[in-house]
Amino acid sequence: MTAFLAVAGQTIAISYRVGGGALIGVLFFLSVLVVIPFAVGPDLDLLARIGPAILWIGALLATLLGLDRLFQDDRDDGTLDHLVLSGLSLEAMVLAKAIGHWAATGLPLVIAAPALALLLNLQPAALWTVTLTLLVGTPALTLIGTIGAALMVALRRGGMLIAVLILPFTVPVLIFGVAAANAGVSDRDSFGQPFLFLCAFTLFSLVIGPFAGAAAIRAAEE
Amino acid sequence: MRLTATKLASERGGRLIFDDISFALGDGDLLAITGPNGSGKSTLLRIVAGLLPASDGAVELDPEPDGERGVAMHYLGHRDGLKSALSVGENVEFWRRTAGATGLEPPEALDRVRLGHLIDLPAAYLSAGQKRRVAITRLLAVSRPIWLLDEPTAALDTQSEAELGEIIAEHVGFGGLVLAATHLELPVASTQSLGLGSGN
Repeated sequence: MTAFLAVAGQTIAISYRVGGGALIGVLFFLSVLVVIPFAVGPDLDLLARIGPAILWIGALLATLLGLDRLFQDDRDDGTLDHLVLSGLSLEAMVLAKAIGHWAATGLPLVIAAPALALLLNLQPAALWTVTLTLLVGTPALTLIGTIGAALMVALRRGGMLIAVLILPFTVPVLIFGVAAANAGVSDRDSFGQPFLFLCAFTLFSLVIGPFAGAAAIRAAEE
Repeated sequence: MRLTATKLASERGGRLIFDDISFALGDGDLLAITGPNGSGKSTLLRIVAGLLPASDGAVELDPEPDGERGVAMHYLGHRDGLKSALSVGENVEFWRRTAGATGLEPPEALDRVRLGHLIDLPAAYLSAGQKRRVAITRLLAVSRPIWLLDEPTAALDTQSEAELGEIIAEHVGFGGLVLAATHLELPVASTQSLGLGSGN
């Protein structure tokens, strides 16, 4: 357990110290949200209607930031060798890394979301609904992204390839996340069912992510 | 603790690097692995650590540790395993928290390699030799019976080399096992040696 917390803590510490960490993610999130109203035009009703979707897309893109370096840095500087020999299982290590990465990039987005939702003319009820769906949904995005990050260890210099690789797998999370968030905007949409599906996807990726990630890292080492 | 390797072979990318490598080490043995560049010294150490699979042969420990055999070993490779964003002390503390705080406290371990005064400095500011010395503190801060050292003297100055020799001699004196791959003279006497092929 000490080792697990050490890996998660180190991931958080490094992402806060290198390149501003959480702040960069939130700023990127903000830039995406600010640019979209310019493209859509000055229609406040339309903006409020598509607001939850914009927030979700912003969160999805911001989650991808820094993900490609998650395991590659460890491999390049030799930390991965140390962790493999440390006695902590690779699955636990991948999960610790994912939790650390979410705490450093996903959680700040969730905290910033209510403030940024105001920019999109969301009403208070919708605002909290979107934030709640992001709180439940962003861990799924990070965990799916972790699998991609682990695959990058083998491919080297993957760069944007990770986005191409991960985005298709995040579609279900996006669909149910936005569907649940829309319940706060329009009365015709129901909240319960899509929200439960979103929870299910997060739990599903919590199980699949560490095992798939560890398998990818093992394959890369051979 | 006994470490036995029988008929190890390694094939990387369709090329046979070495085969039929066998050795047996007991308490207090130091195996010097020599050979030119590309002869498979690092590959052999990584196979012994379990970081790479052998294409043939087996490595056995007696007594068998719980879980992977790697938990009985330290692997000091070409890459020092330092996080440049963290301070020297935080790096050592991270090794202790992940691999078990069984050895010296970080300040004492760093004092052994004369880097105690740099404990709060970010690792990014260290020279190659200093990074190497911090990596060596891992051997002291977490105690494990088997040390796998890959070119341990690389980037070290004469004084640090001699100190590394003392550290290794001390470990061997307490009954530890050391496998050191090097193309240079080791700063300590070995009890066994293994020469690897031509590396062409």
